[in-house]
Amino acid sequence: MARMDFEVVVLAGGTSRKLNPLVSQEVPKALLPVANRPVLSYVLELLEASNLKDLIVVVEGEDAALRIGGWISGAYVDRLHVEVAAVPEGVGTAGALRAVASYLTANDVLIVSGDLVTDVPPGAVAATHRRHSAVVTALLCPAPVSGPSDTGTSGGKEKAKKPVRCNIVGLDPTRQYLLHMATGAEVEKDIRVQKSILRAVGQIEIRVDLMDAHMYAFKRSVLQDILDQKDKFHSIRQDILPYLIRTQLNSEVSDNGVIKSESGMDNISSQNDLRWLSQHREIAPSAFQEPHAFGLKSLPDARRTHKCCVYIANESKYCARLNSIQAYSDINRDVVGEASHLSGYSFSAQNNIIHPSAELGSKTTVGPQCMLAEGSKLGDKCSVKRSVIGRHCRIGSNVKIVNSIVMNHVTIEDGCSIQGSVVCSNVQLQERVVLKDCQVGAGYVVTTGSEHKSESLARK
Amino acid sequence: MDNRRPSRTVSDPKVRQVGFVTPGAAPPARYLSEVPTTAAASSPPSGEPAPPAISISPVMIPPPRHSPSPSAPLAVPNPARRESLQIQVGGYNPPEVLLGSPPLTSPSSRMDDTVSQFSEDPSMSPCDGRSGAAKVAPSFPGSSGEMMVMKAGTVGGGSNTPKSSWTTASVAKTRPGIQEKEREAFVGTQNDGAGASKTLKEKTTKAERRALQEAQRAAKAAAKESGAGVKLSAAPGGAVPANTKQGKVVKSPAQKKDGPQVANPSVSSEKKVVDRPPEKDRKKDIPPPRMQFDDIHRVEKAKRRALVYQFEAKNRVELFRHLPQYIHGTQFPDLETKFFQLDPMHPSVYKVGLQYLSGNISGGNARCIAMFLAFREAIRDYSTPPEKALVRDLTAKISSYVSFLIECRPLSISMGNAIRFLKNRIAKLPDTMPESEVKSSLQSDIDRFINEKIVIADKVIIRHAVTKIRDGDVLLTYGSPCVVEMLLVYAHEVGKQFRVVIVDSRPKLEGQALLHRLVAKGISCTYTHVNAISYIMHEVTRVFLGAASVLSNGTVYSRVGTACVAMVANAFQVPVLICCEAYKFHERVQLDSICSNELGDPDVISKVPGRKDLNHLDNWADTENLQLLNLTSHLPVCQSSCENTAGRTYGFRGLLIPIANADPAETPQRSAKALSFKQDHRLQKNSGRVLQNCCPLEKGFLSVYVSSSFDTMVHRMSDPTLAF
Repeated sequence: MARMDFEVVVLAGGTSRKLNPLVSQEVPKALLPVANRPVLSYVLELLEASNLKDLIVVVEGEDAALRIGGWISGAYVDRLHVEVAAVPEGVGTAGALRAVASYLTANDVLIVSGDLVTDVPPGAVAATHRRHSAVVTALLCPAPVSGPSDTGTSGGKEKAKKPVRCNIVGLDPTRQYLLHMATGAEVEKDIRVQKSILRAVGQIEIRVDLMDAHMYAFKRSVLQDILDQKDKFHSIRQDILPYLIRTQLNSEVSDNGVIKSESGMDNISSQNDLRWLSQHREIAPSAFQEPHAFGLKSLPDARRTHKCCVYIANESKYCARLNSIQAYSDINRDVVGEASHLSGYSFSAQNNIIHPSAELGSKTTVGPQCMLAEGSKLGDKCSVKRSVIGRHCRIGSNVKIVNSIVMNHVTIEDGCSIQGSVVCSNVQLQERVVLKDCQVGAGYVVTTGSEHKSESLARK
Repeated sequence: MDNRRPSRTVSDPKVRQVGFVTPGAAPPARYLSEVPTTAAASSPPSGEPAPPAISISPVMIPPPRHSPSPSAPLAVPNPARRESLQIQVGGYNPPEVLLGSPPLTSPSSRMDDTVSQFSEDPSMSPCDGRSGAAKVAPSFPGSSGEMMVMKAGTVGGGSNTPKSSWTTASVAKTRPGIQEKEREAFVGTQNDGAGASKTLKEKTTKAERRALQEAQRAAKAAAKESGAGVKLSAAPGGAVPANTKQGKVVKSPAQKKDGPQVANPSVSSEKKVVDRPPEKDRKKDIPPPRMQFDDIHRVEKAKRRALVYQFEAKNRVELFRHLPQYIHGTQFPDLETKFFQLDPMHPSVYKVGLQYLSGNISGGNARCIAMFLAFREAIRDYSTPPEKALVRDLTAKISSYVSFLIECRPLSISMGNAIRFLKNRIAKLPDTMPESEVKSSLQSDIDRFINEKIVIADKVIIRHAVTKIRDGDVLLTYGSPCVVEMLLVYAHEVGKQFRVVIVDSRPKLEGQALLHRLVAKGISCTYTHVNAISYIMHEVTRVFLGAASVLSNGTVYSRVGTACVAMVANAFQVPVLICCEAYKFHERVQLDSICSNELGDPDVISKVPGRKDLNHLDNWADTENLQLLNLTSHLPVCQSSCENTAGRTYGFRGLLIPIANADPAETPQRSAKALSFKQDHRLQKNSGRVLQNCCPLEKGFLSVYVSSSFDTMVHRMSDPTLAF
């Protein structure tokens, strides 16, 4: 039996358009290095720490699946029992689930996005789900402030500081139930709230400071039914979840009698008693059996309701999704910086990580919150601040690297200056290149003396 | 004293052994040897200021010491009677001999047994601290008694009788144990120090281990002690300095000494001290009633076992330290995060535990049903591991589930009964029965229990209670008892004409939900808070209450505030009817609601719903001298005449106790409670805006307030300027 009757599905995605040019055929999104570790490893290790060792990883695209599968079996041999399933590209999260749904048997399913970097224990989400006998429970976390944390940078970055995508979330007064969910993109001027839900709850709290972390617990039977019945559904986030929220008072999902006594979204204060009362009544002789009117507001038949719950992560927890280039550099910075416990590395006294095999030239400084992986060589008089440098990079003299990510096997020649940029593997930066807020795709060669600002450079 | 207790238990068996063994070893040495040793030892220690020397001496000395001490008992045979006690003491600590030498204090009142036995001792001299000490430090008298004991023991040496005496004189035994530590402390204070310290060391590694533990505890106690400690020092006079010194020097024993001494005065009332030891002894015969949560030792043990991490509660109310403290706020997230890490727990049991912890399920019946349904699922999924007997293994499993649930929330009495029922069924299973049959029979047993004891019982109660409702009645209920709700709904369906007054109380405000539901049914309702009960009562013709339990003396155990309702009803000559299923009966007798109760979240009473401006208690936990108390249960109604009714009706499925003249009998033991009640009444007139108008009755004293919701708030105000 699955642990605590939960099964885990990790949606590792495929190649994401938003992350161009960072991802490529060779580097699917799940394998993007965050602090020189594939981003997927953060999720896997989080799950492993929670004792969840039987996982299903779903990947879009055969190629990507092979690569990811290869990496997992190499890195987690003997530690995790992972099944990697490949689905065709473009089926969306719902499609990915549909592909594996028939293998699921446990009572509940925990679905985690592979690009999540967090320390929120999945057990908490699962526990909330179980406690409420909910149909779906979503993890919400305080939306991270994106953009570089250092102040005093140019005004252009101020723009980036607003939350990347604001979710509009409607909660009940006790903040346990999910009553409304919309992404900022869908909202133009106004949001519409279902009257029936509002009437049932009496009060909805609308929040925009919460982010959907894409960790969900679903009741398996309901999830399978939805996937079967609604074959148009493409994504969990945009189709399944809103559907469940919308219909929570008028449930169309067949519960197969599993959910016996849902008292629904009534005045929550009364809910505790109600739950058992209805339970009680169900067994009780008919005298007490007639359906109970819930709360002030008469609801439709209580049996036709289901619950959508939320677990709101504590402010102190770190939670971010790698879904944009901005997020990528944010996460890299945080993992080496303030959320350093996530990285799994031990930091030196200078608050940075320099692999012993890395070579530093004379008068080269590596500041705090930096990472220098094995085999990298820095020339003289270099300066590295708040940056991550991958394996076997050759960096010349007089190079400045600030707020940047340099992946593996990158050659940077003398006199370059890199700020706020992402330099992918096997890139060659010739002498005196100046990059600011750029992304350089894998294998690209930046010619001598060129200056780039806010550009995306990739091989055609 | 907490400290003392555990140590005693540990030591007891050992002591005995030593006592017996020793006699053979070296009887004469005892007295003689002791004196010299003391002398020798004393020389360094007597000079109190030389702590290091002392410390060394104890360590060094032990080897020689051993031989003499054992011998002592034989040397001086004594009347058997004394021996029994003494043996234990003496055996325990050879050095006690020394103790004997100092003037013996007169037996303290509590020490009755020991005292009586030892009173004959000529050595008994009034202890310096005695009278004064009694109040200050319970330990002191104890110590004196101890000393006497010790002396006797030394004298008595090894006798055969001791064994029997041991068993019989349970009380005595316990006492010495307690006192032993005190005695040590005493010794230290007395300056016999040298000998004492040595002796202490001798106690062997066990003592050290114990000491280590106690040292930690002592450290805790030390924080509080300060005030008490001063007093103490005053009583013994010069002795104290020596004592403290020793404590520092001799790491293990001395600290131990210190710990108890300190702890006693500060932490506990004398009464407690007295009560404890006998209780513990009794434990051997009778199963212990309940975990006492001020017993640090046992709490720690429990902690180690606990699946749910047990946090220390802040600002605990002194009077209720023995109860499990409410720590949900910190416990709940922890349990949640460990969701996948608790291996042996069945998911459904875990779920129920979470629901208890989060308050999603509350109410006696609901909790009981939820628990049983979870057990049913667990049994369904159970399979006997190889090479284990089903009966045993399943019982152990269920026990582990139960203890998990207890960690989440203390069991209600009804649940206790239900669990007993289940375990009984399991125990009675024939060995030959195949597993599948066992499982199905247990599941059907559970179903039957739920059906018969709860569902049908409710039905019977309601059928019967409906006959008590006449047209035109005004029925009052308090909170949201499910049986009463069903009764009201049923009565309405039957066509009775009546009106309902729902009395509610903060912080749960369960009555609101009831109100909603009843109004939706078309029943005419009045809603009020409990502070207005005396105003509404005059129009009420019947009061229906629910109960968590009915105890064998007729006491009804129910939600906090029920007592208040019942008493007011009594004052207005309104009949009170309690609806309670028979499975909630319990043979326990309880006279007050202090010794056994449940604490709720103290935070909730500091917030008033809808009144954000009342934030005076927002950071109450930071104020050291302020403790909030949120009791959840009361023993509301106690009527001796109920006793028979209860007994007789037990055969029925349910019980409806008419308590026409509810009389909250106030036994002396309940004085504390009575006090609080009186104050309640006073406050009620002010219609309980407690948070606003709670002000200290007496500065520096323990004052009990009752809020509108009947949450009692106990706080000790040392600072008069701290006004609400």
